[in-house]
Amino acid sequence: MNIKVCVGSSCHLKGSYDVIEVFKEILKKYDVEDLVDLQASFCLGFCSQGVTVKADDLDEPTVKQIGKDELFIHNVNKDNAEELFAKEIYPLLNLK
Amino acid sequence: MTNNRVFDTNVQLEKYKVLKEVIRRAYEGGLEDAYIDIPKIIAPGPKAETRCCVYKERAIIQERVKLAMGGDKDNPNVIEVIDTACDECPIDSIYVTPACRGCLMHSCAEVCPQNAITIVNNKAVINNEKCIECGKCTKACPYSAILALHRPCVQSCKAKAITMNDYGKASIDNEKCIECGACVYKCPFGAISDKSLVLDIIDILKKSDNNKNYRVYAVIAPSIVSQCRFGRVSQVVTAIMKLGFHQVVEVALGADITLYHEANEFKERQLLTTSCCPSFVAYIEKNFPDLAKYISHSVSPMVEVGLLIKRSDPTAKVVFIGPCSSKKKEYKLAKTKGAIDSVMSFEELQAFLDARNIDTTAMDDTELNNASFYGRIFAKSGGIAQGIAEMGAEMGVDNINPVAMNGLDECKMNLLKLRVGKSPYNFFEGMACEGGCLNGPLCITHSPKNIVDVEKYGNEAKEKDIFNSVKLYELKT
Repeated sequence: MNIKVCVGSSCHLKGSYDVIEVFKEILKKYDVEDLVDLQASFCLGFCSQGVTVKADDLDEPTVKQIGKDELFIHNVNKDNAEELFAKEIYPLLNLK
Repeated sequence: MTNNRVFDTNVQLEKYKVLKEVIRRAYEGGLEDAYIDIPKIIAPGPKAETRCCVYKERAIIQERVKLAMGGDKDNPNVIEVIDTACDECPIDSIYVTPACRGCLMHSCAEVCPQNAITIVNNKAVINNEKCIECGKCTKACPYSAILALHRPCVQSCKAKAITMNDYGKASIDNEKCIECGACVYKCPFGAISDKSLVLDIIDILKKSDNNKNYRVYAVIAPSIVSQCRFGRVSQVVTAIMKLGFHQVVEVALGADITLYHEANEFKERQLLTTSCCPSFVAYIEKNFPDLAKYISHSVSPMVEVGLLIKRSDPTAKVVFIGPCSSKKKEYKLAKTKGAIDSVMSFEELQAFLDARNIDTTAMDDTELNNASFYGRIFAKSGGIAQGIAEMGAEMGVDNINPVAMNGLDECKMNLLKLRVGKSPYNFFEGMACEGGCLNGPLCITHSPKNIVDVEKYGNEAKEKDIFNSVKLYELKT
């Protein structure tokens, strides 16, 4: 799975660099670093909805399981990042 | 907004008129008749304004149309001479004017190391066969009666790539030329010009179908802040998006990453010359091949930001917008890994906006906030040196002793010292243009105020150090 954190100007000001740092730690903590490619992305087009994180498939169908190509999560910050990850992203990672 | 005062010179203005008309036709039709129609539109006649007749003026404009549409595809150089426009400036370079009083002192003859000056009928006469054009007599004459006449193109070319051909026309030696573009700005007849890639860029934009097939990003050089005669930078950003670009990203963000790489590279290699200015790199490769081993392996900020964008958006197309002619060469080099798809100059940007009737002053603001203070001041001579010293220290590399080489004359002097082991420095920032990129040949204006604008823009950066930019880079590995 690709996880892209928006670093466009608006998200940048709302703390996307912190979100990236937190995500790095989360991926380590949940031991899914091999399954996820964490990236930064320039503006994803949701400037009014807080820091946006986008997830899409790498090789294995992950996001496709919920019938979509892309999953967007809005209003992410360093405090709620883990909660949102656990709820929205982690279940899609096809852990055996 | 298209009055004379937008540009420094009428040469730029004529080039702009041609570009604007070509771009307009690329969208509204009529490109196939561009060669025939545009010269008549710009030089309607019947009286000639600058040349012997309106037909010659039109012939020259026709050549400009050709350059605006990509120029000579067989010539790899991005700089071309327009033969018809070259006015064959006088070649005898030291000239005695009628102001010569035929004095008793004869300081001109006294100072001449070649005894090339004799006094005939109370006037100094120069024997051109003996004269070595050292210019000492021009300084010695108390009446300033002796002039050194140099062809402006030859004088501007620090790489010594311009000579005269058998017909007295300027001729560029591609083996020596480093595509810095100094001659483009300096030729008073506009006889030397850069090729435009603007039709390629329009093609990229059209084929994206409003960023549906792939997204097109514009990456803007930090020197753009000094180029906004109309409106604020944040308005220009909006205007660029109106042209059909998906997003605008600061090249200064790439500059932050380049700085980080160079500091790390220095730690290992202990002696570096910078790689940001492609003309400076070419100058070393062509004139100091023995020093080429010191050229930094870090890619330029333009390439770095292109790679960053393509990392998160692999089908993206990236267009660099800047003041530089040699970036038009750099983007094609293998070492840039296809990071950049095309290059547009500030002059071309102005023509593009006006051809599409986009009024910058009426735009909303789109703020750019990613890059740091240090990335943004890359545009001025001394910017990299300043950044590397301070960031290097923070990264635990404390023995960097940088020198900022402003223009090719300073580069040459410092490289000569380095070659013989007489240089006290170990980090060499080189910029081919005097003053740095903010004085690039394809800038709309070359005002002394440019540096003030660049420094102000740097200070406005929300990021005071490079480390947030570096985080983005580290995600790549």
